[in-house]
Amino acid sequence: MGIGFYLQQPFAQHALLAAALVAVAGGLIGPFVVTRGMAFAVHGTAELAFTGAAAGLLVAGNPVAGALVGSLVVAALIAVLGARQRERDSAIGAILAFGMGIGILLLGYYHGFATAATNILFGNIFGVSGSQLVVLVVIGAIVVVVMAVWYRPLLFASVDPEVAEARGVPVRALGLLFLLVLALTVTGAAQVVGTLLVLSLAITPAAAAQRLSANPVRVAVLSVVFAVVAADGGLLASFEAANVKASVFITSISFALYLIARVVGPVVRETHHHDGDRGRRRGTRRAVGTGMGGGHRAPVSAPPVPPGSPTTAEEPEW
Amino acid sequence: MSTTGRGATVQLRGATLRFGHHTVWEGLDLDIGPGECLAILGPNGAGKTTLLKVLLGILPLSAGSVRIDGRPPRRGSPVVGYVPQQHAFDRDLPVRGRDLVQFGVDGHRLGLPVTRGRRVDAAIAAVGASSYANAPVGLLSGGEQQRLRIAQALVGEPRLLLCDEPLLSLDPSSQHEVVGVIDAYRRDHGATVVFVTHEINPVVGVVDRVLYVASGRWAAGRTEEVMNSATLSALYGAHIDVVTVHDRIVVVGGEEAGAGVHHLDHAAGGQPHDHHHHRPGEDLSATGRPNTGTRETGVYGESSSGSDPVDRGAC
Repeated sequence: MGIGFYLQQPFAQHALLAAALVAVAGGLIGPFVVTRGMAFAVHGTAELAFTGAAAGLLVAGNPVAGALVGSLVVAALIAVLGARQRERDSAIGAILAFGMGIGILLLGYYHGFATAATNILFGNIFGVSGSQLVVLVVIGAIVVVVMAVWYRPLLFASVDPEVAEARGVPVRALGLLFLLVLALTVTGAAQVVGTLLVLSLAITPAAAAQRLSANPVRVAVLSVVFAVVAADGGLLASFEAANVKASVFITSISFALYLIARVVGPVVRETHHHDGDRGRRRGTRRAVGTGMGGGHRAPVSAPPVPPGSPTTAEEPEW
Repeated sequence: MSTTGRGATVQLRGATLRFGHHTVWEGLDLDIGPGECLAILGPNGAGKTTLLKVLLGILPLSAGSVRIDGRPPRRGSPVVGYVPQQHAFDRDLPVRGRDLVQFGVDGHRLGLPVTRGRRVDAAIAAVGASSYANAPVGLLSGGEQQRLRIAQALVGEPRLLLCDEPLLSLDPSSQHEVVGVIDAYRRDHGATVVFVTHEINPVVGVVDRVLYVASGRWAAGRTEEVMNSATLSALYGAHIDVVTVHDRIVVVGGEEAGAGVHHLDHAAGGQPHDHHHHRPGEDLSATGRPNTGTRETGVYGESSSGSDPVDRGAC
């Protein structure tokens, strides 16, 4: 029973679709997670999705619904207790430790199959029912829409919150919105790779993409592509090797992409930068390298710098 | 209200800011006219940046009024451009120089961050940043990043440009260039420029007037009217020497003395813990001048003559 057989099966098709959507969501939020320094928030939310899932399993036999509710509660807690950047990580640490304790307690009361617990921790999208798959698809769609609509102001607020606020961007409200989107994404990703491995879809692809380009649109596209390749590639690989969990392949592919980006990155990304000393520069327009293979049109559309440069800095033309 | 403020880009009347019992500054009356360049000076914690935040519409006044082009300030006003304090961007930030400038056009609008448009290119060229506008912003030097921030602030062609320590941590030649870029924009657009700075020398050639805030008090006037021993000593309530060395103004015992700042604050405001009981201006009254704090020097060059033509603020 190889890939060909599985691709005929509706459950496998649904799993691939759900994994792809979750990966798109993870790939989209990833650059913001990295830019805003929220890797620990992702990890914390994911770990507590475990507690939520355990509660859902115990109360309603529905770990996905439990994880969803749990992660939204955690997002709200992080927003309240970790409003200031400085104290955010310590607040997350405090919430995380307590929440995991509760999760262990809840799991102790659960007398169903032990695999249910490992599925939460390490992921098993084939164990997710049809109706839960629909929930994952809806989550993915919501995240994609929210990110497409608020991408620009969210990027502005993440890069330079002070100026964004002065320009009228609702920085705090966007921060909360992002936390909620993050919670939704984490819940979805946890079903595919497990709560312990969510970072492989929500951070690794973005970290790889940021090594290759500084163009925000290109980073978003690359991050999504890497996440989808890892998620669906991992699922397909697990069809071939049925005794190895898909999570293993997903995290491996994700990490391999990251390593490649780390190696290639300094060449393709930093060639954007002009050479020479940093403070003073010649006024001549330099052919600027363009990352990612350099095959696309160079967006160097800036008009030529007026002649006679070092002095032009003092007397620029408007 | 008063007719003196008509046509002013920035009009402050009895502007007062308090945090709890702590008065940052009070009774500030100031008009900044179109095309004027004002430097706001003073020691750390004197409320220079806070004043910018009031002008940006981020902080409300505790008392008094502020008008920008005749209207209360509001966040996101297209009239106002803002250059924040210099701080380095992360190397891995997924943003190029031109994306940073593009934020100045549409960063507050919904949608994807697609960069296009001649205005962005023109603003980048005007600050001399064309050769590195496509580089990751985190890989640029402090001076290059600062030029791009200025391009971001100027791309919307604001009539009022607010700069918060735009020269901090720049080497002298970069400082000179950044000041040149800002001053060129001011002259070509008749724009009003406000610099918050702790160091007057890099901007002394372009500023029309100086607003000095210290210990809850303030003084405004032309550079030589404010930057002298008598005025600053009265502000700080302690003896300050202002000397000129090779065309550089050096304040001995003031903010340029570094660690001396806090010492001075305490000297001027009494004990730190009873500072809130201390009414700003008590020390000033010791100089024998009435605390009017209302006379307005107006735009550049109009300040009245006299032995001490400086506005004295407070109480």
